[in-house]
Amino acid sequence: MVKSILLVGVGGQGTILTSKILSAGLVELGFDVKMSEIHGMSQRGGSVSTQIRYGDKVYSPSIGAGEADAVVAFEKVEAARWLPYLKRGGTLIVNDQEVYPLPVLIEKEKYPSDVLEALKSTVENVKVVAASSIASALGNARAQNIVLLGALVNALGLKDLDWERLVREHLPPRLHDLNVKALQAGLSL
Amino acid sequence: MKSLMTGNEALARGAWEAGCLVAAAYPGTPSTEILENLATYPEVYSEWSTNEKVALEVAAGAAIMGARSLAAMKHVGLNVAADPFFTMAYTGVNGGLVVISADDPGCHSSQNEQDNRNYAPFAKVAMVEPSDSQECKDFVIEAFELSERFDTPVLVRVTTRICHSKGIVELGERREAGVREYKKDVKKYVVVPAHARERHVVVEERLRSLREYSNASPLNRIEWADRGTGIIASGITYQHAREVFGDGASYLKLGFTHPLPDQTIERFAAGVDRLYVIEENDPYMETFVKSLGIDCIGKESIPACNELSPQIIRKSLLSDEPGPLYSVDTAVPARPPVLCAGCPHRGFFYALTKYKDVVAAGDIGCYTLGMAPPIGVTDSVICMGASISGAIGMAKAAERAGRKIKVFGLIGDSTFFHSGITGLIDAVYNRGNIAVAILDNRVTAMTGHQENPGTGVTLMGEVTTQVDIEGIVEAAGIKAGNIRIIDPYNLAETEKAVKEAYNSTEPFAIISRRECALLKDVQRRKRGYCLVVSDKCKKCKACMRPGCPAIAFKDGEVVIDASSCNGCTLCLQLCKFNAIVKVGE
Repeated sequence: MVKSILLVGVGGQGTILTSKILSAGLVELGFDVKMSEIHGMSQRGGSVSTQIRYGDKVYSPSIGAGEADAVVAFEKVEAARWLPYLKRGGTLIVNDQEVYPLPVLIEKEKYPSDVLEALKSTVENVKVVAASSIASALGNARAQNIVLLGALVNALGLKDLDWERLVREHLPPRLHDLNVKALQAGLSL
Repeated sequence: MKSLMTGNEALARGAWEAGCLVAAAYPGTPSTEILENLATYPEVYSEWSTNEKVALEVAAGAAIMGARSLAAMKHVGLNVAADPFFTMAYTGVNGGLVVISADDPGCHSSQNEQDNRNYAPFAKVAMVEPSDSQECKDFVIEAFELSERFDTPVLVRVTTRICHSKGIVELGERREAGVREYKKDVKKYVVVPAHARERHVVVEERLRSLREYSNASPLNRIEWADRGTGIIASGITYQHAREVFGDGASYLKLGFTHPLPDQTIERFAAGVDRLYVIEENDPYMETFVKSLGIDCIGKESIPACNELSPQIIRKSLLSDEPGPLYSVDTAVPARPPVLCAGCPHRGFFYALTKYKDVVAAGDIGCYTLGMAPPIGVTDSVICMGASISGAIGMAKAAERAGRKIKVFGLIGDSTFFHSGITGLIDAVYNRGNIAVAILDNRVTAMTGHQENPGTGVTLMGEVTTQVDIEGIVEAAGIKAGNIRIIDPYNLAETEKAVKEAYNSTEPFAIISRRECALLKDVQRRKRGYCLVVSDKCKKCKACMRPGCPAIAFKDGEVVIDASSCNGCTLCLQLCKFNAIVKVGE
């Protein structure tokens, strides 16, 4: 059995670090893991995605439309953009955060006001996480990615691992307290 | 020990384990991390070369001297390096020479999706294609062995999905290969016509030996299962095919793909009822299979364009479409890449937007985004260096048509070193009436902040001479009076220089110099950010014209996001009502 996880967001939101920690944990849990990230021009504020597949034996790193067991969207509009990749009955975790893309900033396009409602009425299994506010309350909004990691680990039923240690291993000491708290907040959602 | 590694990390690890001593590259997605990782192994001399041709020549020189050496580049980089590549195929090597080409099917970060497997038969060199991170490591080691055994450069061909995917890799130890004895051998290494003709005979003989090896190579293996369907695949498409067909098909998994193994292919084809050749982009293997008189299904069903995936293969070969997908009716705004908040290129571009009769030839780098709205000043982007030389041709043609336009060539600092200098000399020599803007942000930014000849530091972290751009411009023959060095954060100064360049009838150069706003040092030194004083703001949105992603019009107010503002003050300089102030300095 192979599980497919898609992490999507905006360049700079920390999707890559999140997927690194998740993959390291999956390896420790004894899974075969493939993780694929595409970067390049998308780093400049564009839409970004990371694909993670794990199981007994994984061949292809690629996830197609309708194939992701879970999609974690670090931004609301990105959840809507990547929604077709979610498998029927799969889990959608969406960060309640708005990052305006340039076409919205220059008023060529509108940022939709009803994304969350639309997602909730379409997908059976949606978890909206106020990751940015939770992380802000803990000290820095940038730790929102680790809140989302916690929520994902929880949703995947993978709590039986010392994720706190993995978070510490991937971050400099000065950020340990904040991010361990962010992880705990995510795990308890 | 096992480690989760990207293909690029594993390629570097393989070179290190194989005893590689010299490695060179020019940064380019998806290949950049190969050298970044090699530079972490102190035994390997690693350098950012000025371009891919230089990188391959550095590696070739080291191989001739007897060291195992490597050059890495993105696919289009091999076009730049094609000249030494073809002739090194004639001379052969002393120490092993491995050339890594990282292709980009799907154009994730490239101007085309050329299939560099075609270079192997064209240059008549051996080629291997790993299909995951473990094979990246193993095949590079094998490539060094083959290079020395057959006296040939070996092309290691990977793709974005291999380079940037992580998989589990079993690590090994480094085996020192030393530096082989060097003996002067002009018949081998000096390719005057008399020697080259003799070397060509050697090359053809070598191809025959390599073909024999290909049929026996453990890199080419048959996996027998259900014989109703047989699949020939290499690289990432092997993994996609396994995903789609599982044990419901037999596989000929090709890892040594030039020369292709004719006998193995014949044996495999004879053992299956229906034969598919699954490959991205060109019908490289399919054409060969068909040349053997073997019937197969390939490009008539599988797209030649874009990256493949299990889903595309399922659809192409099994007419199997995914079931109903989730979707929402909400219109989703596009999210294109943008110039960052505080990007120094923005000020220069903005000054150029004032001229409606300017044609701008752009180049490869972050500043390619000069084509994007709301700036939209760039007219063409072709390849590294084509801004300056392209601008010369544009200006010459426009002159002959009597068109009253001014042509600008826009090029970054690293791209200028890579291949802009020759164009600049051409502009001077041939009296091209163009303006050249060197957008010098003091780093190779697009690929993730690599050092370059202008930064004063090498890939290995050594302090070195900073190559002087204005010195080069002047030495190329641009008159001192036609050179401006400006700070693009100073809009008045920038506009003045652009105007002078626009009005000049001689080759003119502007060096627009300001460090990339995202450089760690710049971020550390960052002081202050801009904000809007709402009672002074007339909502004219002049500040929004350059398209800074830190400025938004939200709920009827212009707001600047303090956390993303880098304090460049371009917006402040555009505000006629003093409604923007810089605070926190």
